[in-house]
Amino acid sequence: MSAINQSGWRPEMTAGERSDGATFTGNRALMLDEALIFEIGSLDTTGVDFAEAPKATSRLGGLERHRDIGLPGLSEPEAVRHYTRLSRQNYAIDLGLFPLGSCTMKHNPRLNERMARLPGFADVHPLQPVDTVQGAFEVVHQLAHWLVTLTGMHSVAMSPKAGAHGELCGVLAIRAALDAKGEGARKVLLVPESAHGTNPATAAFAGFSVEDIPATPAGRVDLEALKARLGPDVAGGVITNPNTCGLFEPDMKAISDAVHATGGYVYCDGANFNAIVGRVRPGDLGIDAMHINLHKTFSTPHGGGGPGSGPVVLSERLSAYAPLPFVERQGDKFVLIEEETAGEHHADSFGRMVSFHGQMGMFTRALTYILSHGADGLRQVAEDSVLNANYVLRSLEDVLDAPFAKSGPCMHEAIFSDRGLPEGFSTLDIAKGLIDEGFHPMTVYFPLVVHGAMLVEPTETESKAALDQFIGAFRSVAERAKAGDAALKSAPHFAPRRRLDETLAARKPVLVWKAPAQAEAAE
Amino acid sequence: MRYLPLTPNDRQAMLAAVGAQAIDDLFVDVPESGRLSGAIAGLPMHASELAVERHMTRLAAKNLSAGAAPFFLGCGAYRHHVPASVDHIIQRGEFLTAYTPYQPEIAQGTLQVMFEFQTQVARLLGTDVANASMYDGSTACWEAIGMARRITKRGKAILSGGLHPHYVSVARTMAKYTGDTLVTSLPVLGAVPDTANLIGQIDDETSCVVVQYPDILGRIADLSDLAAACQAKKALLVAVVTEPVALGAIKSPGEMGADIVVGEGQSIGVGLQFGGPYVGLFGCKEKYVRQMPGRLTGETVDAEGKRGFVLTLSTREQHIRREKATSNICTSSVLCALAWSIHMTLLGEKGLRQLAALNHAGASAAAERLRQVPGVELVTPTFFNEFTLKLPKEARPIVRELADRGILAGVSLGRLYPGEASLANGLVVAMTETTTAEDVETLASALQEVLA
Repeated sequence: MSAINQSGWRPEMTAGERSDGATFTGNRALMLDEALIFEIGSLDTTGVDFAEAPKATSRLGGLERHRDIGLPGLSEPEAVRHYTRLSRQNYAIDLGLFPLGSCTMKHNPRLNERMARLPGFADVHPLQPVDTVQGAFEVVHQLAHWLVTLTGMHSVAMSPKAGAHGELCGVLAIRAALDAKGEGARKVLLVPESAHGTNPATAAFAGFSVEDIPATPAGRVDLEALKARLGPDVAGGVITNPNTCGLFEPDMKAISDAVHATGGYVYCDGANFNAIVGRVRPGDLGIDAMHINLHKTFSTPHGGGGPGSGPVVLSERLSAYAPLPFVERQGDKFVLIEEETAGEHHADSFGRMVSFHGQMGMFTRALTYILSHGADGLRQVAEDSVLNANYVLRSLEDVLDAPFAKSGPCMHEAIFSDRGLPEGFSTLDIAKGLIDEGFHPMTVYFPLVVHGAMLVEPTETESKAALDQFIGAFRSVAERAKAGDAALKSAPHFAPRRRLDETLAARKPVLVWKAPAQAEAAE
Repeated sequence: MRYLPLTPNDRQAMLAAVGAQAIDDLFVDVPESGRLSGAIAGLPMHASELAVERHMTRLAAKNLSAGAAPFFLGCGAYRHHVPASVDHIIQRGEFLTAYTPYQPEIAQGTLQVMFEFQTQVARLLGTDVANASMYDGSTACWEAIGMARRITKRGKAILSGGLHPHYVSVARTMAKYTGDTLVTSLPVLGAVPDTANLIGQIDDETSCVVVQYPDILGRIADLSDLAAACQAKKALLVAVVTEPVALGAIKSPGEMGADIVVGEGQSIGVGLQFGGPYVGLFGCKEKYVRQMPGRLTGETVDAEGKRGFVLTLSTREQHIRREKATSNICTSSVLCALAWSIHMTLLGEKGLRQLAALNHAGASAAAERLRQVPGVELVTPTFFNEFTLKLPKEARPIVRELADRGILAGVSLGRLYPGEASLANGLVVAMTETTTAEDVETLASALQEVLA
């Protein structure tokens, strides 16, 4: 690596490309590569100025750190440029349609960001005396109220940190309720084959065993198979509704009734609540617990993989087991029910899941979102998200196999399979082809019940023009596959990187940067 | 509604295109009994930015923010100055509104940041490897206990009395359902942490010893002997760091032999935010990497031989492994990890050491000043930026009284350990670069008055 080409690589160009002119830096105009901070920073550079520390007696007990830690610094201009350059190698909802099924990538309103940064929310410590944080508790309380109202449930546990953590909360509440009834022998949770991977992982994490329930050809839970498996060893079912095929479970109430009749509980994975918010209340369908991904339905930003927030709404039967802590209104004051006060009010709680009180920064954003949309706006969210998905489904079903299209409309996701793609072409090729068209691909190879699944969730924040362009691009890529266009096999061609070698990454894991000499020595 | 682009004409045209008369036709699968007719009870109609901003600002104004008062709280969340460019960068839409990098060709920005973050975290904690973040310190701590169980195939974890009580509480919740045995104790309001006691408790059933460094009272103890004792019994040493700035001044747990080091990363780059979102740090020895929870980014090459980064070793994770996964975690805390990484890059080795020195010097001076208040005793002879005082009476009402005077004086141990008489007079005081000498003087004189 030279000092000038600091990106750590020299692109090998094909003969054709070289005639366009290889560049000295390896960059291409606005396509700017960026080296690692370890390659450009130094141990004596800093981007923060401090006053000199006054001399003081060390209280460090002789444990002073003398050796270099190895943390390179950058000045502010270098740091801003480093991260800005990196940011431009990311696709994002701000750049275009991001139709990842099950992920609900919708526009993130910027007012929410501004509200979360008000010092009264952003700059308060979780252990401040409760009288000094009444406004923060009021936010939690108001959001809790709307979540309970929107879902028609009895109560809500606000502390879970993300969807999977919410699942854990719900499943532990079920465990605690069963244990309280002396039904510790109920160890099995029934989970549809089409479930998110977090469902079985959560069940196992909480000490349950998992059994699959098959799907019907119409992509729904097989009610008869479920009924047949219910019994004294079954703790309950974990159902996603709308399900991961993008379909509503019309038998949901019957499923709940059957599970309840045999002494079990029903957990609903609420990842797809966006399709029904304001139109359907899970509480009316017999659900006992459901997490709500605030980073999906209520549009707190995903940030490249979190933070999320996963409050769990609970039925009356499970409310007593909800985790600590929670906020309660007592007269005109808000109080925090923690271990200390739980004894009197909430003796059956299964305990604490996190330090402090949950994702406050997400609560302020979600409450802002709910108040901005209001009753009419939220209902419109569900309707437009469903309309947009159906529009995609009907616009592409002639060119791609849509396994459930004949049985009726979809909810907020359209699903396609790889059936009908010619030999040698896969779902992955379609996805990579879409990258070259300037779109983030849909969710691929999930759910597992559909072969080569392509799960498209456009969301309600896309205009008809944006959808039409996406549909056109999708159609074009599918037609190229059908015509056997070999170039598709090596797509993407125009992204910051070509296809990456994931096998190599897993076989010889390089998880931290090492100086070249160090890296060689390690081999 | 400003966030919804479809016009009434669009909706009509699209309904026609999908062969529906009305929107209700698309909800036919929802049984009549499950449909909500009419508006949601009590929720007003959509509102302007101005109206919502007014509502939220009114709520925010009811809180006493840390910046508006002399502020001394710590115990797992710390107020440091975060450079302006950190928030500027994390608000770039390409970072803020990206998803988990499942399509690496168009997610190199996030992936490279995750790789840099992993390296920074590993170096700071003194571990071989680190993952791309967990929810927070408390959940990372439980995950470490679970990981130690899988590695040692033993189910007894010994938790130091110096471990944050919320972390103990989280572990207690989970252990009820996983069958792990937890050995716990309360901290003792004294000079010496419980290292010797922990060493004495390790036996052949022990999966791990979990120790906080610096501990909940602020004390610092060498972990080397504990690490050796764990190793002798084939148990793992899990070290928990709730104030990572400390590692700019003191030896890392990894350096002293810890097998797994987890932490709460909040104090670097992430504000107080009333408790979340924060960012869990998770590092370990390389030989244990396949038992790690959470996402990992690895280096690889693309089809043209260019260096690039991908999510890797996913066969540990729930979306591949389902019920056999090492954890159920999916979404973690990548945006907070980005903030952490930017702040750490701005600091660099030099800045981190200066920051740590400033914190330590400030805390030393504050401890000296506060112990001069009549009746007040400094409990902790060793500390980084947080120390414990013993007051002549119960600390919790004193903290409330000082809050009434506009001073956020610290965390009373009565708040963290309600009903524990032996701890009731304890007050944990944290000093960072954001606290001034005047703040300390204000606290000292007010404390003297309320104690008099």
